[in-house]
Amino acid sequence: MAAELHVELVAADRSVWSGEATLVVARTTSGDIGVMPGHQPLLGVLESGPVTIRTSDGATVVAAVHGGFISFADDKLSLLAEIAELADEIDVQRAERALERAKSDTDAASERRAEVRLRAVAVR
Amino acid sequence: MGAQLRVYKRRIRSVTATKKITKAMEMIAASRIVKAQRQVAASTPYATELTRAVTAVATGSTTKHPLTTEAETPARAAILLITSDRGLAGGYSSNAIKAAEKLTERLRGEGKEVVTYVIGRKGVAYYGFRERKLADSWTGFTDSPTYADAKRAAAPLIEAVTQETAEGGVDELHIVFTEFVSMMTQNPVDDRMLPLSLDATKDEDGKGEILPLFDFEPSAEDVLDALLPRYVESRIYNALLQAAASEHAARRRAMKSATDNAGELIKTLSRLANAARQAEITQEISEIVGGASALADATAGSDK
Repeated sequence: MAAELHVELVAADRSVWSGEATLVVARTTSGDIGVMPGHQPLLGVLESGPVTIRTSDGATVVAAVHGGFISFADDKLSLLAEIAELADEIDVQRAERALERAKSDTDAASERRAEVRLRAVAVR
Repeated sequence: MGAQLRVYKRRIRSVTATKKITKAMEMIAASRIVKAQRQVAASTPYATELTRAVTAVATGSTTKHPLTTEAETPARAAILLITSDRGLAGGYSSNAIKAAEKLTERLRGEGKEVVTYVIGRKGVAYYGFRERKLADSWTGFTDSPTYADAKRAAAPLIEAVTQETAEGGVDELHIVFTEFVSMMTQNPVDDRMLPLSLDATKDEDGKGEILPLFDFEPSAEDVLDALLPRYVESRIYNALLQAAASEHAARRRAMKSATDNAGELIKTLSRLANAARQAEITQEISEIVGGASALADATAGSDK
């Protein structure tokens, strides 16, 4: 059995996902970073983007994270985000509609949010 | 029906209607406490993880940041006071306001200028009536605050803290809210959010956990820059949620005693109404008996 790390993905108002994983890939402000068990203690600022978690039973969990932090120490990894959604929870049609609306309103922030959602679904 | 009896009946009817309303408010508040408590619990993981991260950066790096270092001569302090939008919650709002007044006095005594920010219509009304200046105020969400509300309230506070004191910025940030201890106990508390007092954050963690040396991505300064506003927001969010739970608990208690009082009043009034009715009956009987005996006396007299 390979080494595992414990992942907590928490949003401001709820705990989104928690469990054991073998690999977590997230996008920090200075580029994509992959964390495996035994990684050096790390604290980074996340970009909006999809986070991929490979769970210990081989499944893959994808979540859309809108800003936030990644912190890793003692094989415990926390992903903190103001807003975080699992790809399974995202309603594709709604996200597409939101993207179109944001584009026509030229609302950059919500356009990016919708794009991140769709990207997370595409990765899944 | 006699006049006295009619008055009692009318009062009983009106008190019964009031009792129905207070009973309904009590039950609504009771159901909302549970929801508010659940929200507090749901926001806890984020808050603890964030506190851990902040502690890690602040202790694990030698970075000097305006939000973590104390000013040598603090000249201005900001207070964020959380009250409710609606009344009928006993002493909830006035207790929080009193705590804020006490803190204001203390800070003034230390020679600091105090800037006040208020959340909730009751607090705004209090300061408005006394014509005291508020730096900013927000209303309309104290029943069920969302994270976006906390963000909105936090934005000007963070801006004020990052500003230089000479340009109107503040050196300290305090928050006054009502802490939810249990269904029966809620305490107004004041807390200093910034500058961070690291001893306090350590105590919360407890166990004297030794934090590892972190690798910061991209750099300690950037992480701290991004982390501290989120920390303030999450603290305000947590305070708002606790205040909402406290508000509902205070309202439930106030409405429960109002309902009990109304019940007591109805009991007394119906006793009085019963006595009045009985007095009326007794009077009627004695009138009839008196009338009959007068008639009997009269006929007995005319027979002769």
